[in-house]
Amino acid sequence: GMRFLLLFSRQGRLRLQKWFTPTPEREKKKIIRDMTTMVLARKPRSCNFLHWRDLKIVYKRYASLYFCLALEDQDNELLALEILHRYVELLDKYFGNVCELDIIFNFEKAYFILDEFLMGGEIQETSKQIVNRSIEASDMLQETMEEYMSKPAF
Amino acid sequence: MSDVVEKTLTALPSLLSLDSQPGSGKLSSTSKLGNLIRGITELTSKHEEEKLIQRELSSIKEQVASPNTSMRQMKELMVRAIYCEMLGYEASFSYIHAIKLAQQGTVLEKRVGYLAVSLFLNESHELLLLLVNTVLKDLQSTNLIEVCMALTVVSQMFPKDMIPAILPLVEEKLTHPKEIIRRKAVLALYKFYLIAPNQVQHIHNKFRKALCDKDPGVMTASLHIYLQMIKENPEGYKDLTASFVTILKQVVGGKLPMDFNYHSVPAPWLQIQLLRILSLLGKDDQSTSEMMYEVLDESLRRAEMNHNITYAILYECVKSIYTIHPKAELLEKAAKCIGNFVLSPKINLKYLGLKALTYVVQQDANLALQHQLTIIECLDHSDLVIKRETLELLFRITNAQNVTVIVEKMLEFLRLSKDDYTTIDLVGKVAELWFIETMNTVFSLGGDMMQPDIPNSFLRLLSEGFDSTEEDRQLRLFAVDSYVSLLQGEPGRLPQRFLQVISWVLGEYSHLREGLEPATTLRLLAKLLDMKHTSSETKSWVLLAMSKLCEGPDCVSLAQELSERHGGSLDTVLRQRVQELRHLSEDAELRASVLPRDAAQEPLEVDSSLSFLDGFVSEALSAGAAPYKPPHQRQEELAQAKALSLEPYGLSLPISMSSCSLADRQSPTLLSMSSGLSGNSTDLSHKGGSTTLKLDGVKRVWGKDGYLAQKEPVEESAQVEVPSPLCSPSRQGGADSTHSQTPTPTPTPEPEKEKQQLASSLFVGLGSQSSVCLMGKSEQTPQRFRRKAKGQGSSSGASEQISNSHYSTQSTVDNLLCNNLLDSTVTSDLAVSTPEQTPQLSQEVATTNGTCDAEQDLIEETDPGNSPSLIRANSTVTADPPAHKDPDRPKDSCLSSHLPAELAGLSHSEIIPLCSSQNLDLSACHVQKEDALLLVIFIENSSDSDIEQIGGGEKPQCVGVPVFPDGEEASGSRGAGWDGVLPAAFWGISSHAVLLQTSINQFHQVHCFLPSDLLLSMALLTQSMLVSCFCLTSLLFLCLGRPLCVSTEEYGTLWLAFSQDTKQNLALLNDGQDPLTATLDVLKNKLQLHVVDIIGAEGIVACRLLQGQPCLMHCRVHAGSLAVWLRSPVPDLPDCLLYHCQRALQEH
Repeated sequence: GMRFLLLFSRQGRLRLQKWFTPTPEREKKKIIRDMTTMVLARKPRSCNFLHWRDLKIVYKRYASLYFCLALEDQDNELLALEILHRYVELLDKYFGNVCELDIIFNFEKAYFILDEFLMGGEIQETSKQIVNRSIEASDMLQETMEEYMSKPAF
Repeated sequence: MSDVVEKTLTALPSLLSLDSQPGSGKLSSTSKLGNLIRGITELTSKHEEEKLIQRELSSIKEQVASPNTSMRQMKELMVRAIYCEMLGYEASFSYIHAIKLAQQGTVLEKRVGYLAVSLFLNESHELLLLLVNTVLKDLQSTNLIEVCMALTVVSQMFPKDMIPAILPLVEEKLTHPKEIIRRKAVLALYKFYLIAPNQVQHIHNKFRKALCDKDPGVMTASLHIYLQMIKENPEGYKDLTASFVTILKQVVGGKLPMDFNYHSVPAPWLQIQLLRILSLLGKDDQSTSEMMYEVLDESLRRAEMNHNITYAILYECVKSIYTIHPKAELLEKAAKCIGNFVLSPKINLKYLGLKALTYVVQQDANLALQHQLTIIECLDHSDLVIKRETLELLFRITNAQNVTVIVEKMLEFLRLSKDDYTTIDLVGKVAELWFIETMNTVFSLGGDMMQPDIPNSFLRLLSEGFDSTEEDRQLRLFAVDSYVSLLQGEPGRLPQRFLQVISWVLGEYSHLREGLEPATTLRLLAKLLDMKHTSSETKSWVLLAMSKLCEGPDCVSLAQELSERHGGSLDTVLRQRVQELRHLSEDAELRASVLPRDAAQEPLEVDSSLSFLDGFVSEALSAGAAPYKPPHQRQEELAQAKALSLEPYGLSLPISMSSCSLADRQSPTLLSMSSGLSGNSTDLSHKGGSTTLKLDGVKRVWGKDGYLAQKEPVEESAQVEVPSPLCSPSRQGGADSTHSQTPTPTPTPEPEKEKQQLASSLFVGLGSQSSVCLMGKSEQTPQRFRRKAKGQGSSSGASEQISNSHYSTQSTVDNLLCNNLLDSTVTSDLAVSTPEQTPQLSQEVATTNGTCDAEQDLIEETDPGNSPSLIRANSTVTADPPAHKDPDRPKDSCLSSHLPAELAGLSHSEIIPLCSSQNLDLSACHVQKEDALLLVIFIENSSDSDIEQIGGGEKPQCVGVPVFPDGEEASGSRGAGWDGVLPAAFWGISSHAVLLQTSINQFHQVHCFLPSDLLLSMALLTQSMLVSCFCLTSLLFLCLGRPLCVSTEEYGTLWLAFSQDTKQNLALLNDGQDPLTATLDVLKNKLQLHVVDIIGAEGIVACRLLQGQPCLMHCRVHAGSLAVWLRSPVPDLPDCLLYHCQRALQEH
């Protein structure tokens, strides 16, 4: 299973963090620091896999954002790369040509999408349509419900 | 209301598909969060940021506390609080409000509330208890979105103790009509299974239902649970194999809805999950494995597209194929597949290729051989990750022959790496591979012939440790593990010294290994006491170790039992130890004070002057006892007393030999050698004695041949033999220089050759299982090989191939030889089987005549001699000299023309006839290679008739026997056969006894297939070998001595470390103003000594043998002569050096 997912910028600013197993705060801080320094130090055409302690780190850069996923020993690195890619595809579909700013300003949406995609450190839904449908369902609900609730009768 | 929501929800997808602007979220950049973010980006310093965030946080704090804040505003505040936390600022005041928001908000506010809770709180946070009710309520909600949220948050973080409260509700959801709910419920249960497996045990059959769910998403989700359960108990789920196989078949066959395709690959995640499950089920289970062969084959076949996701599937497939019960056809395909990875230009795939190789290489070492050049490239890859993975791979293929190179590469990597985790891991591997393993071999092989200070310093090293405690711990742990497994094997075969080391280490450190009960160790050790061959000295080591260990009731009873069994032993020491053991086992306190743990390095107070014996001594003296003489004084007296009696023996020796060793009556060489022998074992000294007796016979035979004429050339050669000083600097490079190049006139480009060399040293010994694969044919003829070698210079592509085949042949040879040594039955097999090979061999020999230049190429290729395995290859090469015998030429030059081409250019000693019979002449010389010394034996057929087994009829044959280096591989693989006809003799300088024995044994084996007249010669050869061996030891120093450059401080440390001690007076030269300097200069020039320092009337000098054993000499001008005091770890080295010093000074 996956251990954590971090999104950070080229400057090392954290944009999103997801911890799939309980991790103490101090440890989180250390991991974030380690990951940013490790990944940012990588040269352009190096391979996308790293070792960190007993974990496998799979990272990929999309525009100005680094996506960094930690795996347990048995997991498939190439598949993890595709998980990152699929997540980016989902974000792209939702935001429409997603960029770092979308994720900065709407980070909670990015979390919601992630929650529909991964659950408990495992991939939950691999069908792009279904993930998007459930996110958008919740989103649309916003308007419908607000409309509904703003009616004086309620 | 809930009906409305249901309706809305079902209507949504169609609504959304019309929605043309899903990115509506972008608008919120104008929100308060947007302002905050923009505010932060405009700041220039960390300090300003801190101020801004603190201001923001206090404003949030104020607002969340206000009763007027609506839930909608609260949601917005929570988002901002999350953002601040993400930047690393604490907003703990908001946690309770996040829970409140999740509790009281509308669906969307609730969602933010849940998100905030999951980001803020940990599973153990006490506030989470407040969430349980909310979750319970939402799980029962008719609003699907609320149910989804509750399930999501439950799978993210939920207090373990509260699982029972919600479990029934989650379970219920497994039968929910909506697949998204079922799916989330399965995943939530998966999470529960991970954190509290026994809580979900009762719903295992419901998991089966999920596995059979009509929705592929739910089924996929259930596989997570199954993977986990099968991992823990594969036996329990074998019945599902067929189902998993069917599912995989359907997926691979594209039976799932298109929705599940990812880049037109059907459900890759599902495929991989299934492959993993199958590999767990098929592991070590042939019948289960057979069920999946077909689908695995199909998966391999279907995955054709050149996309990462296809490779991901292939990688998993390969892993499965190598995990389950093997099927040759599939393995072949998988191996090909790994090849695609390894050879891929994409670095990620290459990385996975290396990983796959690492995974499979233990089963199929040839795969590594196939890709050796890629591996070499990866070893020098600029990306450390690739490099590390390569080392991991090499770690798996390490064997006795390539361990040095691999460890060196690992250390090289360590110098580059800054990551602690890697360092610890790698250092552990180095320690494991190298140190403990090597020492195990050293102890097992060196056995009881070894100098006692080797085990002593090993133990000291282990107890004193290095700089890092973690490293020390690792090392000791490795040692303990390694020894425990040795004892569990067949400890009866281990030498006594090794058993002593094992006992000590286990006594001191076995407590480091968790889970290793002291009683277990005790029983292993007790087994040693019962073994027939265990010496009483070893027994006391064992008992001492047991005394350190005995702890707990088990041990007390064991100690009791032992004391009953051994308490009556005749050996008093043993009886004492047993008593100690019994008492200490009963009194833990006493034991702790007598044998404190981890105190091996604390200094013991020893009364070295033995003052407590003073009374006893004076009493004895007054009673007329002789006063004590120190050992060296006794030895000296002994030497002087015995020197006289040596003379007759000296004369009876063949003059060619006595001229270089025994003629000088001052020579201590022979003396101390024989005393050294008797010191080691009476058996050997007996042999030594019988040899000397038989020398008369030898002389007679020799006399017939009239070798006396060669007396003078021999003396000349003694001077030629002084090695050129050029050799020494290159040797001093020693360990680092493995891949630095000595310039050689080779047409091959340097880097290419370097790689090939590296390849040869890395992959040596791997081809042994089946070299077929690599070379095409296993019975590759030398002829073919040589012809290829000739093409070396022309194309580098071809040369790669050649080197491949070349190295693997060599490794096969090495392996053979290695086995040969380790297992004497193999040796005799080999010897017996050779007669059949012989005719073929001579044929080969005949065909290779006239391929001189090809051979030259070969030599150029292998000659640089920097890589150990190459040297080995070199020294084992035997060549048939093509030239015709010229009867008119003097015998010596005639023979020397028959030296193998590769040796022809090197300086060699006089060719000394060893013995001869009517038909056969044996002669020998030694050849000085830059880093090795070869003994070449010429066997010449002087009769007209062919001696079939010897081969070439009228042409003399020669056999190269490597004499040096033998060092650690020693006792090992260095035999050089005459293509297997003449088994090797093993030579070493540090252990004459061993070498004498081996050569005798080896020659006995020769007898069995040589004709009768040869038999005699061989017997003679054996004897003369013994003689020449004696003379060699003294000669050897001239050939092998090298200066040892140390500082005065280092010298001091070394001096104290050696126990062998020899003293002697030497003549002082008086021609200079400073006799000491003059004398030392002469010695320095003649014997390649290094003068470390001269202080007043004292001088210190150091030298070493080719292989590194040092000898230290301390000189002091005293009463007109030079009093020298020598120390060395090698007992005979000081004597040898002394002898040569005497000679050098006399000749001066």
